This record gives sequence, C-alpha cells and structure tokens, in this order.
Amino acid sequence: MTEVSVVENERLTMARELVALLEAGKDAKADLKIDELSNAGDSELFQEVGRLTRELHEAINGFILDSSIGDLTETGIPDASERLQYVITMTSNSANRTLSAVEASMPLLENLEKGSEQLIEEWEKFTSRQLSRDEFSALSAQIGTFLHSVTDDSKKLHGNMSEVLMAQDFQDLTGQIISKVIDLVHDVEEKLIGLIRISGSKLPAHKKEHGKEVLEGPVVPGVEQGDVVNSQDEVDDLLSSLGF
Amino acid sequence: MKILIVDDFSTMRRILKNLLRDLGFSNTQEADDGLTAWPMLQTGNFDFLVSDWNMPGMTGLDLLKKVRADPQLSSLPILLVTAESKREQIIEAAQAGVNGYVVKPFTAGTLEEKINKIFERVG
Repeated sequence: MTEVSVVENERLTMARELVALLEAGKDAKADLKIDELSNAGDSELFQEVGRLTRELHEAINGFILDSSIGDLTETGIPDASERLQYVITMTSNSANRTLSAVEASMPLLENLEKGSEQLIEEWEKFTSRQLSRDEFSALSAQIGTFLHSVTDDSKKLHGNMSEVLMAQDFQDLTGQIISKVIDLVHDVEEKLIGLIRISGSKLPAHKKEHGKEVLEGPVVPGVEQGDVVNSQDEVDDLLSSLGF
Repeated sequence: MKILIVDDFSTMRRILKNLLRDLGFSNTQEADDGLTAWPMLQTGNFDFLVSDWNMPGMTGLDLLKKVRADPQLSSLPILLVTAESKREQIIEAAQAGVNGYVVKPFTAGTLEEKINKIFERVG
C-alpha cells in the first residue's frame, strides 16, 4: 500500500469516528476529532490541496477580472474578420491594378516590336544600297514617325510601370494587418489554454477529423497538410507513374 | 481554338487569360465556378477547358466528372490549375479523366508546356 493511501485510510477511519461522534451528539469530542483529523496524516497533502485551491481561486478571479476576454469576443474577433476582409480587398485591388497596367502595356510593346522589325528590314536594304531615292525618303519619314511613337509609348510604358510599382504598396499594409491578427490569435489561444487549465481537463491529443473531404488549398510552409507534393515536378512524376 | 477559363478569383482568370493570349489563344471566355461553366460548356462549342478545383457552387473536380459523363462533351480536353496538391487528390483527378494538372503557384512556362503536351496527345 502506498504512503498516500495509508494516510487516506487513517483519515477515513477518523472521519467515520467523527460522524459517529456527531451522530451521538458528543460535540466536544467531535471538535477534538476534527482537530485531530485536520492535523493528522500528511500535512504536505493538505498544504498541496490548499495551494491548488488558492491557485484555482486566483486563476478564476484573474480570469473574471481580465476584461480583455470581453474585448476579444466583442470587438477583437469581429475586428479581425474585418481586417482580413480588408486584406482580401487590398490584395485584389493591387492584383487588378497590376493586371490592368500590364494589359495596357502589352499592345504598346507589340507596336514597338513590329515597328522596329519593319524598320530593320528597310534599314538593311538601305545599308546594302538597295533603296532608291524615293524609297529612302519614305524610310526617313517612317523613321521619324516611329521615333515619335517610341517617345509617346515609352512615356505610357513608364507610367504603367510606375502603376505596377505603386500597386505593390499593399504588402506593407496587409503585412501589418496580418501581424495584428496573428497577435490576436495567440491571445485567444492563451486565454483558451487558461480556461482549459481552470476546468482541470487535460488537453486531448490532437486529432484530425477524417471522413469528409476537405480541400486544403495552397501548401503553406511549416503547416502540416498531409501527403502533399511540393513542386510541379512531383505532380508530373506522380502523373507519369499513373501512365500519363 | 475556343477556351473556357473557370476560376472563382477574377484576378486568376485575368492572369490565365493573358497567359493564354500570349500563347496565341485569344478566344477565351470566363466562368466563376462549375455551375456557371456548365451551361456555357453545353452551348459554347469550347475546344478546351482550364479550371480551378476549389470553387463554391460546383468544384472543378465535379465539373470534370460531369463533362466526362456527358456524351456530347466527354472528349473535351481539361487542364486543372489548382492549389490542391495532395497526392490522393492528384490521383483522384487523374482517375476522373483530367488531361493535365498544374499546381499553383505556376509559371507561364509550365502552363505552356502542359497545354502543348495536351494538344500533342489529343492531336
């Protein structure tokens, strides 16, 4: 028999005696028995119980007094949802600004490419002395027009590139917003752990629900997502092993 | 060559549209999920379908299965462009009859390579 259960046995006996005395109405003797009982056995055990009680009391008080829990549920979480929604809006705006600038630039670049290709053809004829005087003056006019269009288009391209540049300003802002939300999530996590500690139950082993198919979405470095491929090459290997 | 691009994010549709145009495919249309895509596929005479997997309404995989089960459309070449990258998912898509599988994020080169490969096979 272990030490603790010996102590418990003794106390059980004494408690029974106490009940018997109380039932018999022998109050004076019962008081003595109570003293005996409270002093009896392992005083360390009592101290431990006392300490745990005090801790629990303080934890519960601390938890009630901690007004940030109310703030978390009233404003923190809804605020975080709004912030994240804003991140979606900002990243989407940025992507659209960038795409618009690129779409506007593509035809300008195509014109530059085509224009210079045409001129090169004519120019090579000129350098190999295959151009007549009239053809040369036509070429010279063509070059003039082209140079003007290059200047105009370059300015437009420059503007579009600046637009692409400026559209990246979301990263700083969304980064800050996401950091704040991460802080909030950590805060909630700590509070939840506190709550579990007070309720006294142990954290159950982490178990993932299986059964219903869940689409995981993008692979996130550092997040366990099961048997995933990490590159297009791995996808290709897997498919070719299946006869693709 | 008429191509239907299906993705719930408009920016991804724009990116795909631009990449396809650069590859010489300028006849494209867009749908934001399987449910929107389905009637378009039935009447639109599309030659090629590029679809995301995870979309509200109807997923790309369900759209793929629906296309393969339809006698009119069953031979339509389909490329999935998706962030889903579990091995079992890729196998599932292959078994459902996908013609190519590109994981996001992807490059223009990868997209071109997969599309070329699909058309080499389909002929």
